[in-house]
Amino acid sequence: MTPILALFRRDLTLAFRVGGGPWLALAFFAGVILLVPLGLGAAPGQLAAVGPGLLWIAAVLAVLLSLDRLFQADYEDGSLEQLLLADAPLSLLVLAKCAAIWVTTGLPLAAASPFFAIQLQVDEEIIPVVALSLLIGTPALTLIGAVTAALTVSVRRGGLLLSLLALPLFVPVVIFGAGAGAAAASGLPYGGALMLLGGLSLFFLVIGPIAAAAALRLHLS
Amino acid sequence: MISSAGAASGAVRMSADHLVCVRGGRCVFSDLSFTVERDSLLAVRGPNGAGKSSLLRVIAGLLDLDAGAVRIEGLGDRPQATAIHFIAHQDGLKPQLSAGEALAFSQRLLGGDGPLAPILAEMGLVRQADLPVQFLSAGQRRRLALARLLASPRPIWLLDEPMSALDAAGRDLLRQILERHLAGGGLAIAATHDTLPVAGETLVLRAAEAGAAA
Repeated sequence: MTPILALFRRDLTLAFRVGGGPWLALAFFAGVILLVPLGLGAAPGQLAAVGPGLLWIAAVLAVLLSLDRLFQADYEDGSLEQLLLADAPLSLLVLAKCAAIWVTTGLPLAAASPFFAIQLQVDEEIIPVVALSLLIGTPALTLIGAVTAALTVSVRRGGLLLSLLALPLFVPVVIFGAGAGAAAASGLPYGGALMLLGGLSLFFLVIGPIAAAAALRLHLS
Repeated sequence: MISSAGAASGAVRMSADHLVCVRGGRCVFSDLSFTVERDSLLAVRGPNGAGKSSLLRVIAGLLDLDAGAVRIEGLGDRPQATAIHFIAHQDGLKPQLSAGEALAFSQRLLGGDGPLAPILAEMGLVRQADLPVQFLSAGQRRRLALARLLASPRPIWLLDEPMSALDAAGRDLLRQILERHLAGGGLAIAATHDTLPVAGETLVLRAAEAGAAA
């Protein structure tokens, strides 16, 4: 357990020292949300209809941007080789890295989403559903992204390629994530969408670290 | 979990049997066989591209073999990866962590529980302990990488150009820690172009051809 916790703490420390921790993702999130009324106009009711979907798209973009350096920095400075010699399976170390990056992106985004939902004039009753869907769904985004980040770890400036690989895989997550908010807005039951979202997160919790670890081994050999 | 260096490496012995490594369609080395006894050092030499680093990566388990096997005896039920230290070309240090934090992280990652202050003192890094790694010189970073060897006792050391960027005092430090490691029953394999400060056997790799033990 020690190596896994140590890596989690190290990545959190690095996130705070390099990128200002959660503030970077939050500032980006705020920037995207604040552009929306400028692009779509702020007529009453107009933003409320698209609000939950916009929050999800902003979250997807924020998670994508955070993934670029997930493994690449470790790959370039030789830390990745040390991880392979650790007294812990690589897949669990990958999970520790994913957890650290989720704590500094997905979690603060979900926590701050009610505030941004108010800005988009989303209905009060729907706001908790949107926040909950982000809380349940962003782990899946991070874990899927980790696999694509591992696949593109040796590609210089591979952010675009990473996004190209990750975006199609994000589709089911966004469908059920934004779908939960849309269902709640139309007064339909949204529990099923949230449960499917949780199922996706759990599925990628198992598959993601194993696949990412395999991809990293491939790149080191 | 991790016993002391001496006990952990009681009778470690490594034998490589007809190793073949092909990378990118090119045969790096083939039919390479050697043994390294406990308390001995093997120096791997050869021109650039002869496969010295590849050999170390194969032994560390980072690179797959195309044929042959590396056997390590005397590990008991300890997984092979946790018996090996690999000091690669890159030092594997995070620029934003201080030297002390980097060493503490490495110890928690690789195992071991000894105090770190004496190790930093021995490697001449006391004044740099609170300094971010990005402000260390290349030689100081190399010393910090070598400090990992002491922080986590492991019986097998794989060193890729261990003396690069080290000054005379640093080379002497390397000699001291190598001698102590070998005296404790460990073994070491070093790829180098320089003369190692400790006597040992030499394995010469030829460019893109079979190697021969000398």
